[in-house]
Parts: sequence; C-alpha cells; structure tokens
Amino acid sequence: MATLNIQGVTKAFGPTHVLHGINLDVADGEMIVIVGASGCGKSTLLRIVAGLETASTGNVVIAGRNVTALEPAERDVAMVFQNYALYPHMSVFDNMAYGLKIRGLPKDQIAKRVQEAANLLGIGALLERRPRQLSGGQRQRVAMGRAIVREPKLFLFDEPLSNLDAKLRVQMRAEIRRLQKRLGVTSLFVTHDQVEAMTLGDRLVVMHAGHAAQIATPMEIWARPADTYVASFIGSPAMNLFPATLEEGGHAARLDTNGLVLPFHDGPRPGPAGRKLTIGVRPEHLTPGQGGLELQVELVEPLGGESVIHARLEDGTEVTAKLPGSSYSDGRLDVIIPLHTLHVFDGETGKRLEAGG
Amino acid sequence: MRRKVIFGNKLLPYLLLAPQLIVTAIFFFWPAAEAIRYSFLRQDAFGISVMFVGLENFQDLFADERYLQVVWNTIWFSFWVTVLSMGVALLLAVLADRHIRGRDTYRTLLIWPYAIAPAIAAVLYIFLFHPSLGLLGRALNGFGVPWDYRLNGDQAMLVVILAAAWKQVSYNFLFFLAGLQSIPKSVLEAAAIDGASPSRRFWTVIFPLLSPTTFFLLVINITSAVFDTFGIIDALTGGGPGNATQTMIYRAYVDGRVNLDLGSSAAQSVVLMIAVMALTLVQFRFIERRVHY
Repeated sequence: MATLNIQGVTKAFGPTHVLHGINLDVADGEMIVIVGASGCGKSTLLRIVAGLETASTGNVVIAGRNVTALEPAERDVAMVFQNYALYPHMSVFDNMAYGLKIRGLPKDQIAKRVQEAANLLGIGALLERRPRQLSGGQRQRVAMGRAIVREPKLFLFDEPLSNLDAKLRVQMRAEIRRLQKRLGVTSLFVTHDQVEAMTLGDRLVVMHAGHAAQIATPMEIWARPADTYVASFIGSPAMNLFPATLEEGGHAARLDTNGLVLPFHDGPRPGPAGRKLTIGVRPEHLTPGQGGLELQVELVEPLGGESVIHARLEDGTEVTAKLPGSSYSDGRLDVIIPLHTLHVFDGETGKRLEAGG
Repeated sequence: MRRKVIFGNKLLPYLLLAPQLIVTAIFFFWPAAEAIRYSFLRQDAFGISVMFVGLENFQDLFADERYLQVVWNTIWFSFWVTVLSMGVALLLAVLADRHIRGRDTYRTLLIWPYAIAPAIAAVLYIFLFHPSLGLLGRALNGFGVPWDYRLNGDQAMLVVILAAAWKQVSYNFLFFLAGLQSIPKSVLEAAAIDGASPSRRFWTVIFPLLSPTTFFLLVINITSAVFDTFGIIDALTGGGPGNATQTMIYRAYVDGRVNLDLGSSAAQSVVLMIAVMALTLVQFRFIERRVHY
C-alpha cells in the first residue's frame, strides 16, 4: 500500500511523441482508471510505472521513493496483463508462487499465502491445473491471484477484462472493485471502455493524444467535462455537439444550425459577440416538447424502458436523443434543450467555458 | 477433430499411396533386406564365391577392438557435435532475439553456413586449421603449440567436431529463434515484474518453454551427427590419422567400398539400422513423458 506520483512523464519513440508530460498524484488505496481510445498513450504510461518502458523525461515516485531508474523487480508492483501472461508450463500454484519463491519466502508461508489468495478468488480447487486447462475467467483469476499473493505496493491492470465475454466482464469488473477495496491496494487500471472506467475508478484520467485531458471523479467528468473530447468520449450515447455563437453580451448562445437562442442559466460567458462556441447536450437530457429542435427521426433503438433515437436537423446535423418509453417512430419529433443541462465549450480550442470567467 | 474419408473403391486408397510405398520399397526396404542378407554371407573380393557364415560377421565385428574404438568415436563425436551446435545456436538465438541494431543482417549471416556443401565447409576448416596453410594452425604453431591434426588423433577429432557442429549451428539457430519468438513477450514481462533476474527468467521460463524445440533439435542433431556427417569427415581427415576420426558410417563405407569386405560392411549397416531404431524409440518414449506442458 502506497502513494504514487507521476511527475512530468514524457515518452518519445524516436520522433514520435507518445506522452506529453503527465502529472498525476494517487492517494494511498485509491483506484485510478486511465481511459482513452487506442493509441492515446495509456498503456505506455502504465508500462512506464511498471518499469517495462523508461520515461524519456520525468519521474515515477512510489511510496515516496523515486523508482524512475529502477528495474520492474525492484519497484514492488504487480501487473495483470490483457492476455493474462500466465506461465504455461507451471501449475496454477506455481504460477502464483513464482514471485514468492524468487523472494526466498519459506515454503510453508508460500503455501499459506497462495492458498489464501486462491480461496479469496474461488480458485482453491484449481491449484494443480495448468493454465491451458482453465477457462478465460479462471485464467483471469489466476492472474489476479499472482498479483495479490505478492502483497505489492501497487496493482497495475492493463485492460485485463477485454478478452472476456460481455457477461463475465461485468462480473469480473465488480469482483476486481470489491477485491481492490477490501485489500486497499493503490491501483492503476487501464481500459478503453468508458463504462468500465466510470464504474471502477475513484478517479479517472481521460487520455487524449498523449495528454491527460481531464483527471477527476467519474461524476465530475460526466457532469463537467473539461473539453469536447472528454465530453464526447465519456457518456453513452455520446454527447451532441452543436456549433454556435455568443450573443446578448455573453448571456446566450445562438445555434448556427437553426438560429435557436439558448440563454445561459448560470451567468454570462466571456468574449465578444460572435465568438465561436460549441454547445453540448447529452442525449438523455433532451426532452420531448415544442420550441426547441425539430428532428427528422432516422432510426429508433428501443432499449426497453427507454429508446435511443438517431435523427437529423433540417441542415443535416446529426442528433442523438435518449428518451423514456418506446413509442417512437420515424418522422418528425420535437425536442427541447433544458437550459440547465447545457455544456459550453470554446469553438476553437474545445475547452470548457465556465460562467462568470 | 478427425475427419474420416470414406472411399467407395477399395483399390483407390492403395493406388494413391502407391508412389510413396514404391519409393520406400525400392530405396529403403529392398536395400535394407539386401544388407541383412549379405550380413550372413561371406564373399571373396572378386565376388566369385559366396558362403553362408551365420552370425560370424557380427562376431568378428564385435571381437575387433578397432571396431569398438569406432563405436566409441561415434558416440564421442555425436555427443560433442550436438552439445556444441545446440549450445552455440541457443546462445546466438537469444542474442539475436533482442532489439539490436542490424538484427536482420545478423540473422541472415548466421543462416548462411547451412547452405554450404560439406566438402566446402571442410575446405574452409582446412584453411583455418592446416598446420602450414591454416590461419589458426599457423598461429598455434607460432605460439609453440605443436599443432598438426593430420598426425595427432585428438586434434583431428577436435577439428571434425568443430566443423560438423559449425555446419549444424545455422539450422538449430533458426529453430531456436522461431521458438523464442513464439514465447509471448508479456510472459517474460510478468516474470520481470515478479522479480526474476534475466538469468532466472531464462532458466525458469524461456528454457522450459523452448523444450519442445530443444527436444526436436536433439533428435535431429544426434541423428544427423551419427548418420549424416560422412562428407565432412571424408573431406577433412578421411577418417585418419589411423582411424582416430572414423565413425561407424565411415567404417562401413571403407570396409565395403575400399576393402571390398561386403559381408562385414553389411553387418555394420545392420548394426547401424538397429542403432537408429533404438535411438528413435528411446527419444520418443522420452518425449511423451517429459516435454509436454
């Protein structure tokens, strides 16, 4: 158990810059999820913390000790890999005991710790099996067990659930979270799945093109995304984004598409009239009603209690709405944008614009 | 899953197998049967009179101390060729598997010796070890080491072992490299995170995972060292000096083709046949138990 500090870490492979200065402070026992599309540098960051890659600049500090120059073995971290990376020629017991044997623990203690971890994960009956005799979920548990028995300072998860089928993934997700809370081990979890990120993390790091676009709690990120990338990446279906211009001395935005004027309920945004804005509205916040957007429905996806509606405005702008009930059909549909659900972003930089600034 | 093919015509499957069966019969079973027949006969050098002698050829063979020396030569030679060629190949493969500059060139160069004919390889080794022509041979003599593999039996054995092993390294290297590359990188990373030092990673993870490759190569290397090194020995030492580098294959050739003692040569061939069968049997017994994971 320990804190983790990532200080100005950059990484370049030759001329390709993968990470542009990442700063992150993780509290003891915290579960941080690093989420982003593929190629955003999230796995590289995790591997730098593990010591499998070296940072071009910057420091990694675990429990107050600068480990930047140390080998993975000396960092006292454990990692769960996407493909589990079990030792195929060893039994489940030996897989879990390997790290302990290297540390020279007495045999009886090794057996005790492996047995405990195995019971905790419900694989106590499988200790004599070889990895190839196990199912995907069981392998995943063995990989977890191998990390747990070491009692490391830090758990690192590199997309550990993406090789599992959907049902098992949900189950293992809950299990990992329960286990992590119970053991209280500081953890970094990398995933490209935003649902996984929202449900697992105490805090999320949303990575975009080698930058940490936002670091905050899941609800904070959902409610106040730092920029249009985070806004469209977190939340499902993705947030609707409309180009707009600033009007009425900063007190309202006019949508470029249909001229609809949306007054800001929480105060004016800075800038001259005519400043380019992007207005964001989550699909679930749109509500049926007159005087807002006139939609031409193209596709209805009923989900039972609610429906996802794919539609277009008159000028062709795509809009997604998530509305209660299932009685929707193709054709015209009017929705309004509740003013307190507006997200306002700068039209050029994509950064969030807060009221009163 | 095994799919069963049902032939309507009973003759067709035999017809389809016929080419392979005919080749095997003509080039293997027939000569083998001839060898067995000849091993019970004694012929004079001109092939005029033939006499049935029972097991006398075999009795003579094993009573001959020089033949026992040849058997020992073969074991000694094959052991060292196998150990050396596999050991060096594994070392080179481990080095080539790393991210180094010019890796592809390095790999290609290592594969070349395999494409060289045995006689040419022998000439290369003559240019290296010949006491008056050879680079190393002259250097050794210059340093005061009395070196002449044409006179010293131990030195001759050393040279043929080196040459035969060198030729085999490329083949082993290719297989070891392929074996190494099929080990998932994340498994090695997991071992590194588990705290294993590089040498520990090698012996507890890489080497066990390579064991199917190693075993396959062991079978191939022993077989080729025992049965397939005639050319290199013939070109380098001709079995000499004395019969210091004579192996069982070489002796069978000399007795049959040079000394025209067909009975003894046939008996030796039969001994070799039994040896190869025994070797294969032992090796595949061993594979069933040991190398699966």
